[in-house]
Amino acid sequence: MIDVDISSRLGDFSLAAKFAVNSGITAIFGKSGAGKSSLIRMIAGLSAPDSGRIALGERVVFDRTASINVPIQQRGVGMVFQDSRLFPHMNVERNLLYSQWAAGRKSAVGLAEIAELLGISHLLKRRPHGLSGGEKQRVAIGRALLSNPQLLVLDEPLASLDASRKAEILPYLLKLKNEFGIPMLYVSHSLGEIEQLADTLVLLDAGKVVAHGPIAQMLSNLELPQLASGPDAGSLLFATLNTYDEQWQITEFGLEGQRLQLPGQLGKVGQDARIRIKAKDVALARKAPEEASVRNVLSVVIEGITETSGPYAEVDCRVGEQHLRARLTRHSVHELQLAAGQQVFALIKSVALDQ
Amino acid sequence: MSFYLTDAEWAAIQLSLQVASLAIAIALPPAVLLGYALARWKFPGYTLVNALVHLPIVLPPVVTGYVLLVLFGRQGMLGSFFEDVFGIVFAFRWTGAALAAGIMAFPLIIRPVKLSFELSDGQLEEAAHSLGTSRLKTFLLITLPLALPGILSGAILGFAKAMGEFGATITFVSNIPGETRTLSLALYTEMQSLSGDAGAIRLTVIAIVVSICALVFSEVISRRLSRKLGGQHD
Repeated sequence: MIDVDISSRLGDFSLAAKFAVNSGITAIFGKSGAGKSSLIRMIAGLSAPDSGRIALGERVVFDRTASINVPIQQRGVGMVFQDSRLFPHMNVERNLLYSQWAAGRKSAVGLAEIAELLGISHLLKRRPHGLSGGEKQRVAIGRALLSNPQLLVLDEPLASLDASRKAEILPYLLKLKNEFGIPMLYVSHSLGEIEQLADTLVLLDAGKVVAHGPIAQMLSNLELPQLASGPDAGSLLFATLNTYDEQWQITEFGLEGQRLQLPGQLGKVGQDARIRIKAKDVALARKAPEEASVRNVLSVVIEGITETSGPYAEVDCRVGEQHLRARLTRHSVHELQLAAGQQVFALIKSVALDQ
Repeated sequence: MSFYLTDAEWAAIQLSLQVASLAIAIALPPAVLLGYALARWKFPGYTLVNALVHLPIVLPPVVTGYVLLVLFGRQGMLGSFFEDVFGIVFAFRWTGAALAAGIMAFPLIIRPVKLSFELSDGQLEEAAHSLGTSRLKTFLLITLPLALPGILSGAILGFAKAMGEFGATITFVSNIPGETRTLSLALYTEMQSLSGDAGAIRLTVIAIVVSICALVFSEVISRRLSRKLGGQHD
């Protein structure tokens, strides 16, 4: 549990953030200049807000009125910076174990385990300057983890990497989440990364927390144009991998008692998956289509229809407990006489698997 | 002309080495601390302190020597303090020569030191703090080792400057054989004597060799260390 209620003036810029989130991965999302870095620097103890209170779990680490300001050395916050900030005069192993030999911290997990998990066991004797950007970042993550943090703060950890390096790091972050269950604050301006990782999202705009809540809910909230508009906006759905069909090479996912099929072998049976469906890739039909090439048809209930500006309308549909958005033309909505409460069929043309 | 040094010349060279060593020992610690402060902090009076540090470069050496004589002479404010409290006398002693040399070398030492502290902007220190090390420990484990190339090259340049210091030394501690007659002062003495040409040439050659060696050595060391530390700024 992270409980933040702070305000601060930094020159012309003022930051006012109030939110409380549970464990898991919390993404702090916003454009550059929205105050993301300032916010997490205050949470980590690298700077102090003008007023307010910060609690990490049961521990109050900052409280202006009670004059509490726990120094960064005692906050138990592991930091991973955008530019890995490895110590250039020490090899990878000395870097990883820095908090232990220099600050006397004890870690529940060992060096070997972390190095194995992050795929850096073969780099231990190397110096940082010989490593690739992705390798450096994995060492930085390992170094933060080995300092036995109560909270891991990642400040745009992938922003300085190219697309293929990003793809190289993301699976490790997912492994961390699944194997250690350590709470993380993940700062990013990339919605793609956040969709794959985060459980909760805090939306920051011009120094203010605009909204915060569970990721899927935030992404489908039409009142948050930063997240829910744009050509690629859509829904995030949580599914389970049911079976893999060897003959046709099709993986089948279970979603609220219904099925979704994706080409290719996409993981192990029983594994949780995040599925991303763009609103523009969803069509709606009053009757179940027959003899169609679209394989993914979900039975949904229309929750509401929002006519945005221009030719389009956003149709919010419910699949069991989850939401699926469809972007149709207002003309189609009118012709099909769609209305809230109706049971219809969603034809999904394309599906992206996030994890 | 003989290529061999006379005993007096040997003594002058040995004394110069001794004086320069003590000068660096005196000047280096404050140069590192002040270099760090000037590189990383903004404080009231910054410009004044920065100017004071570099003053010995522009000030006539005889002025520096005279100020030292006034302050550190046996009747001087600081001179009598050091004599009463620590039993250390500077005036007309080789320790005084070291003090003068250290002050004259100070700007040369602090320049590369300050520069190497300026190269990193405190980001690695932030990372070290987040990993649990105190400010002092972080300074010793991260900041100082990374500034080592600058500190070493400052020390070597300062050493060379201290070995050859003339103006402030002769003003402050005079030209006493075996006590304050360093290489430059011995050279000056030989030039004054009618038969001193050969000695002057010998000492000149040595001064040139020492200076070139120092410059090359300082360059090589800082390059090597930078390469070893590599990627400091990526």
